[in-house]
Amino acid sequence: MVALLGDNGAGKSTLVKVIAGAHPADSGGTVLWDGTPVTIGAPADAQRLGIATIYQDLALCDNLDIVGNLFLGNERLHFPGTLDEVEMERRAVELLDSLSVSIPDLRIPVAALSGGQRQIIAIARSLLGQPRVVMLDEPTAALGVAQTAQVLDLIERLRDQGLGVVLISHNMADVRAVADRAVVLRLGRNAGDFPIASTSYEEIVAAITGASDNPVTRRSTRTGSSATATKDKE
Amino acid sequence: MAQGPATQPQGGELGAAPVIVGLLLIAVVFQSMNDRFLSPQNLSNLTVQIAAIGLMTTGVIMVLLLGEIDLSIGSVAGLSAGVLAVLAVRHGWSEWAAVGAAVAVGLLVGLLHGFVFAKMGVPAFVVTLAGLLGWQGVHLYLMGGDGSINTSSSGAIAMLTQTYFVPVVGWFLVLLAVGLYLLSVLVVEGRRRSAGLPYKPLAEVLFRTLLLSLPLAGGVWVLNQYKGVPLAFLIFVGFVVVLDLVLRKTRYGRMVYAVGGSSEAARRAGINVDLIRISVFGIASTLAALGGVMLVSRNFAASVSTGGGAELMMAIAAAVIGGTSLFGGRGNAYSALLGGLVLGAITSGLLLLQMDTSVRFMITAAVLLIAVVLDAVSRRGRRTHARGGA
Repeated sequence: MVALLGDNGAGKSTLVKVIAGAHPADSGGTVLWDGTPVTIGAPADAQRLGIATIYQDLALCDNLDIVGNLFLGNERLHFPGTLDEVEMERRAVELLDSLSVSIPDLRIPVAALSGGQRQIIAIARSLLGQPRVVMLDEPTAALGVAQTAQVLDLIERLRDQGLGVVLISHNMADVRAVADRAVVLRLGRNAGDFPIASTSYEEIVAAITGASDNPVTRRSTRTGSSATATKDKE
Repeated sequence: MAQGPATQPQGGELGAAPVIVGLLLIAVVFQSMNDRFLSPQNLSNLTVQIAAIGLMTTGVIMVLLLGEIDLSIGSVAGLSAGVLAVLAVRHGWSEWAAVGAAVAVGLLVGLLHGFVFAKMGVPAFVVTLAGLLGWQGVHLYLMGGDGSINTSSSGAIAMLTQTYFVPVVGWFLVLLAVGLYLLSVLVVEGRRRSAGLPYKPLAEVLFRTLLLSLPLAGGVWVLNQYKGVPLAFLIFVGFVVVLDLVLRKTRYGRMVYAVGGSSEAARRAGINVDLIRISVFGIASTLAALGGVMLVSRNFAASVSTGGGAELMMAIAAAVIGGTSLFGGRGNAYSALLGGLVLGAITSGLLLLQMDTSVRFMITAAVLLIAVVLDAVSRRGRRTHARGGA
């Protein structure tokens, strides 16, 4: 599981959009997939490669029910053009069970769900396309403590199922909790690739801000506290 | 009619209940003031009267589901009426060909609206406001100096609103509708059962079928007391049923709801949002043009004022009164039928009481206001509920 880190405006979301095909790449860069360069010009290209993206704003239709949202744009049909609701609901139950998610009624509009549940539905939806890599843009940004834990649990389950996960986050605590590697972007450039287990918090912050002398480290030296203290401020 | 509360996107939390209660209330009030209100003849006339605006309402519902508005449907109905009369009378086209041409003009106009809205990013409100003026202009231009063009009172056009079916046809249609409903529900519930999903017990299915068959049988029984089921009403109901099936059971319908719910989410799901928008405006104007044909059929004439009066407002009002939200993504095709019946009943009742148009407008406005308030309140309820758990 890779965490993509960077300050505001570092280009995290842009990079995600380029990989997802939602935004054209400027020039010069290449995307390597299984070692071969690929062109991703549209969201459909990324999906075909097996890249699923969950954006920060979830992109759910509030007025549709859970099953409708899970299969949006990817409906199961029995005759050309007609929806097979029974099959979709059956698959939805199966999918959510496999993720150990329990939502009693799959036919309520997603407007009625909590933020954590909405995030879980958005993640579950991306799994229907049988992706190999899942990219999550700030999945816990707007969530409370318990809901964040729920979502992180789900992300770990994705990893355990053998999926590649790219986690974009501001939240160092989340990143250290679940990620294996951290890649830092600074002003649109790669500023380092760190194995989480053997990298200190300060090293990553230094890469994010571009210097070892920065407000965050100055603050921790001044207060004389360890990384944990600063981490709580996050 | 509207079925399986748990299996479709819903019109609103309250569903059809307030409209049906309102309709019963209207019936009781007018009947107590004039006992001819519920007579078979009056009810039969009512069903024919609501057909034209009802078809326009059905189109408006599609646009409202997108969260947009179409202000041009009255003018498009007028244009279609003008095209129909000019071709059939002045140019001597066969009446069916003229009807076809009028409807085709509607389709083209709608596609044009949709194109300008979806591809050029002009708000639908403005595009169709221009349409409201512009198509009325074309309509007047086509009519030339004539204030009105009379159509044959015995041809195909007139037949549309003058045909009534013998009683046995009505009963056959009731049996067919109830049978198909029961069959389809049984098939779906059977599949749900074998897929291990929650399903409705047989008793509930039978009860729902009974609930559907009562108004159908009652309606046909009343209409048979007069001349039988009118073709015009059947056309209207037919379009409502077809549109309902399209919206609830097809991929296209799901896309329309999705675009109305969140166009950005729909776009990211790979839905061609522009195409959906253009097609919906096309359907709306086509149905408006059909409404225009019905207006000509009922008056045996197209005049410069056809479609230029209260038709637009009534069609939009009927959709909202029937329970389709103005905020997009919520509603269903049956709102056209329910809302049309409410407005038709009010009009017919006040005419029986020889009230002035002024009173009718005021009462219609009050009913519309109640419907919009219910819509806004239920929307706000949903919003707070949605954020509650976040």
